[in-house]
Amino acid sequence: MVFLRLTNPNLFLRFVDLFFPWLAAAAGLCLCGGLYFSFMSPPDYQQGELVRIIYVHVPMAWLSMGCYFLIAVSALGTLVWRHPLADVSIRAAAPVGAVFTALTLVTGSIWALPTWGVPWVWDARLTSVLILFFLYLGLIALSHAIEDLRRSGRAVAILALVGLINLPIIKFSVNWWSTLHQPASLIRSGGPSLHPDMLRPLLMMALGFSLVFVLLYLMRMRNEILYRRVTSLRQMQARLQASPGTLPDVFGEVL
Amino acid sequence: MRTAFLALLRRDIYLSVRQEGGSGVALGFLLVVVSLLPFGVGPDLGLLRQLAPGLLWTALLLATLLTLDRLFISDYEDGLLELFMTASLPLELAVVAKAFSHWLTTTLPLAFAAPLFGIVLNLESIAVLPLIATMLIGGLTLSFVGTIGAALTLTLRRGGLLTAILILPFYIPVLIFGILSIDAALVGPLSFGVPFMILVSMALCAMSLTPFAAAAALRSALE
Repeated sequence: MVFLRLTNPNLFLRFVDLFFPWLAAAAGLCLCGGLYFSFMSPPDYQQGELVRIIYVHVPMAWLSMGCYFLIAVSALGTLVWRHPLADVSIRAAAPVGAVFTALTLVTGSIWALPTWGVPWVWDARLTSVLILFFLYLGLIALSHAIEDLRRSGRAVAILALVGLINLPIIKFSVNWWSTLHQPASLIRSGGPSLHPDMLRPLLMMALGFSLVFVLLYLMRMRNEILYRRVTSLRQMQARLQASPGTLPDVFGEVL
Repeated sequence: MRTAFLALLRRDIYLSVRQEGGSGVALGFLLVVVSLLPFGVGPDLGLLRQLAPGLLWTALLLATLLTLDRLFISDYEDGLLELFMTASLPLELAVVAKAFSHWLTTTLPLAFAAPLFGIVLNLESIAVLPLIATMLIGGLTLSFVGTIGAALTLTLRRGGLLTAILILPFYIPVLIFGILSIDAALVGPLSFGVPFMILVSMALCAMSLTPFAAAAALRSALE
């Protein structure tokens, strides 16, 4: 239960400072290796060189859904345990998730234009990912709209949990409806249908992008914690100036 | 508990019928949309016939979004919501009453007016019954899910647009299955029941689950 101790903001900040360089190095290594193998892998017999966009598109898609799952778990943390770090986590993850979802849509469009002939079709998988993108935008907008931190944390958490219903719809949209988008080829009964030469760069890129995601996420969490501390210090200073001599008991009110 | 629920429901219906800006707004909105479209896309009757169900459905969705912000706001301003928190009626049931009265005063008139407006859009006569049925059932989902958006943005000064952004992702599936049902009834190959049952199940899920989320949002807003 070492991780439980990281819910202490101070320990969390020390942990981030300690592991940050190692994570960054690992991410760089994975991405370089992944890129090398991506271009060394054989072209697809049907799509030719076009298939290489899979090494960006698929990790982005996984991460955009994984990020929402992370937000939903944090939302439980906010609503059930009222933990301030859980709220910080939602705020940190939402914009990163929005960018990854946007990149999923953009890389998908780039891939679809030559293969399907159109950049966008309104089929189930694409529509549900677009809905996921809107959900991220809603989370970001709501978290900025309410000024009181504790109240906005609760509101965002409620919205995040309600939006969780979209995740299974995205995952199974390719099985439930007959769509243009291909079904899952990695995690399925009978083992992956991808050739090992293509699987290797895909997994390396997925690991690399996951590490990039974790890096961005931790950086944003650190910034948010520091920002909140600065804000509460400023408030304390203002109160001291307004009525000198009385030390307000609000220190660390938020974190 | 039952009398409190019914009293609340009756009061909300009276308020929105007798006040300006209740169900009249929704009907007026539908009138505006329907009379503008033929000028926007041209008076081609074949094209209008194709567009009619989708247009009427979209108008219902927008009318719902327009009227959502008056769900809780007046009760919040005169302090009635805080009374609800201490009343014997659970806040969840108060939300159900609010959503149901919203459905009765927005969706119900729109669903029955839509075929009339459909006449000028050359709506096919076999589409009338599916249109009314899908609007009535889909409208339940719209009103109940809408309570979450209205509750989350309750204390914001200009929450209207934000409500729309928050709620839009949840409205898209309703629109999809509403139109799918009408298409199934008109051209097949699916039978009307298949997408319609999904629409019904969405309404049932929304009615049973969203009051808890909306009540939680109200509690955190009033804290």
